[in-house]
Amino acid sequence: MVPLNYYLILGALLFSVGALGVILKRNLITMFMSVELMLNSANLTFLAFAREWNQVSGQVLVFFVMVVAAAEAAVGLAIVIATYKNRKTVNADETASLRD
Amino acid sequence: MPTDLHYLAILPEIITAATGIAIMLLDPFTAPQHKGRLGWLGVAGLLAAGVAGAAQSGRTMTAFGGMVQLDSYSVFFRWLFFGVSIGTILISLQYLKREGVHHSEFYALVLFATTGMSFMAASVDLILMFIGLETVAISTYVLAGFKRSDPRSNESAVKYFILGAFSTAVLLYGIAFLYGQTGSTRFDRVAEALSAQGPSAFFLVGLALLLVGFGFKVAMAPFHVWTPDVYEGAPSPVTAFLAVGPKAAGFAALVRVLYSALPDMENHWGDVLGLVAVLTMTVGNVAAITQSNIKRLLAYSSVAHAGYLLVGLVARNELGISAVLYYAVVYALMNLGAFTVVVIWSGAGETRVHLSDYAGIGFRYPFLTGCLSLFLLSLIGIPATGGFMGKVFLFAAAVQSHHVGLVVIAVLNSAVSAYYYLRIIVIMYMQEPAAQVPSVEIPVPAAVALVLAALGTLLTGLYPSALLDLASRSVLAVR
Amino acid sequence: MEQLIFYSLAGATVLFGMLVVIARNPVHSAIFLIGALMCIAGLYLQMGAEFVGGVQILVYVGGVMVLFLFVIMLVNVRTAERVRQLSPEWKTALLLAGALSVELVYLVLKGPGVFATAAPEAIPALQGNTQNVGAALYTKYLLPFEIASVLLLVAMIGAVALARSRMD
Repeated sequence: MVPLNYYLILGALLFSVGALGVILKRNLITMFMSVELMLNSANLTFLAFAREWNQVSGQVLVFFVMVVAAAEAAVGLAIVIATYKNRKTVNADETASLRD
Repeated sequence: MPTDLHYLAILPEIITAATGIAIMLLDPFTAPQHKGRLGWLGVAGLLAAGVAGAAQSGRTMTAFGGMVQLDSYSVFFRWLFFGVSIGTILISLQYLKREGVHHSEFYALVLFATTGMSFMAASVDLILMFIGLETVAISTYVLAGFKRSDPRSNESAVKYFILGAFSTAVLLYGIAFLYGQTGSTRFDRVAEALSAQGPSAFFLVGLALLLVGFGFKVAMAPFHVWTPDVYEGAPSPVTAFLAVGPKAAGFAALVRVLYSALPDMENHWGDVLGLVAVLTMTVGNVAAITQSNIKRLLAYSSVAHAGYLLVGLVARNELGISAVLYYAVVYALMNLGAFTVVVIWSGAGETRVHLSDYAGIGFRYPFLTGCLSLFLLSLIGIPATGGFMGKVFLFAAAVQSHHVGLVVIAVLNSAVSAYYYLRIIVIMYMQEPAAQVPSVEIPVPAAVALVLAALGTLLTGLYPSALLDLASRSVLAVR
Repeated sequence: MEQLIFYSLAGATVLFGMLVVIARNPVHSAIFLIGALMCIAGLYLQMGAEFVGGVQILVYVGGVMVLFLFVIMLVNVRTAERVRQLSPEWKTALLLAGALSVELVYLVLKGPGVFATAAPEAIPALQGNTQNVGAALYTKYLLPFEIASVLLLVAMIGAVALARSRMD
């Protein structure tokens, strides 16, 4: 059996890569894809712990997270489309006009 | 099967969600010029839910396998959320027509967001809390971008969405570690397991990520950077809703998590939150001074007020949490009121949101400016207003638990904030008006909301004991 | 053998994850993300969570990612590729992410040892994994399950409200 730690470290690395993507990228769609990576790392962590505790609830939680992710994707991409219709760009810097 | 399927415990939420669905079902049968009726249906649903909540007050029970708890704390916040949503709908009725986006989805989404907020306050399980929070978040992303042909509204939605999704992921990762440490997501089990094991590295990771996630949701510094842009770009009634509803819901959930799930870990989160409180107040107030757009100014002011609320949390005593509840209500009244004036005065297309647009209108529109002045004075914390009593309770709680330094900083911050709030009043009454003062018409529903908010602000200031009693009884459920 | 499967899947996941961030073209990013999600589904299977692994492929790869690809096609890919990809503060970002990963890994390594305390509510594996998950969903997690349906309704209404073409 693969030890718990291995999964957790994988989750931590994936989370950092996702966070990096959100901070680093300027394309809204890619930024959002990086968020998906972060959500998946949380899911991986949930499942690793659920296996350790020998519980099925961890898997149920992951299922709920997937529901949330799907809902977020639908709304998020609708927002991106609405923005694109008005601005003809999906770059976070070019859509920015609100500032101090 | 869980034996505690008490549907009565979640009756108010069932009513709000069902009203939201009813609005969507009736939408195709409603002529475009009568969409307002669906808004009134939403108000009726919220009132009914409030009555259902009142019928339950005084009872305590958990339901659905220990997922949700009906107690005085959840009843208190339910009333607050229902009131906030009624206010939001009252302001929006005329606004949506004026801006040409009178779609009934708006009302449905407000009701669904209310359902989510109610569950955030009532849940005693991290998973239900998370799903409630996401229901609120997803509805508000859409509401922020509701004027979809307006690029500012688009941008507001984009920023809110990306940072919201990011913070969701952080919060979830934190929940994962808390679950990993304790083997449960139920608050009572988490508390039991933690007091048995003591803190460990997993717990610290979980707590840190959880606080960061909540920090984004309720706009604590340094995670507040999205607030001004999102608040400025969103349609003004939505800004009012965002500044009041989801923020109070975030605090409701945060208090429950910290006090019900992590009570023995106070020394791990107390000092951190103290620092965050200082930072949040100071950043919010200092940034607000230089603003010239009233929506941005109120956005930074809402950041500062989150800092004041944190002072009550840091106090870690009963008075502190009662004060948080008290201030949440007062804050909702005065902010909702101030934004109502902004909505009315901004005019079609929200063109008049600059501070200079308020020059000299004081004596032309005595009702509007009188109300706005009252709310601003209350935001400063002038005696005889609710804002004053709220701050007194918050700071007294902090003094009681020997956080004198924190209180000194908070009082200094209030003094700084007086400058930018008073500046608006000065502009309204003492500056020369522009060559031609535009004429605005005050819609009746918004006027009703304004009067109610003003009365509430005054009554909580003059007779604070009733609300404080209610708040302190509600707190007993959490401790 | 098990270790080998883990290492290859985990390595591929991290690699795909990095490629999502590195790729210039959003379509490539999406394809790499699909790769990462598939590898994660494989890891779920390895952990004995067949139901979640299946849902991961059906919902994520089959639903969410297809939606992503549709949207990328809708917004012009060419313009998306030409614009600046990275935030001006990329060095700080890299530093922050590096610090974050080091810290997380360090704390994770310090973490275990708490599992000496027994597993409280272990559910005996009487049936298959899918039955167990289903039973938990409809009993213990009934309320979140119901709220999740409200959540999906909100997403549906919201997406339509935002993205429909101009009507009325």
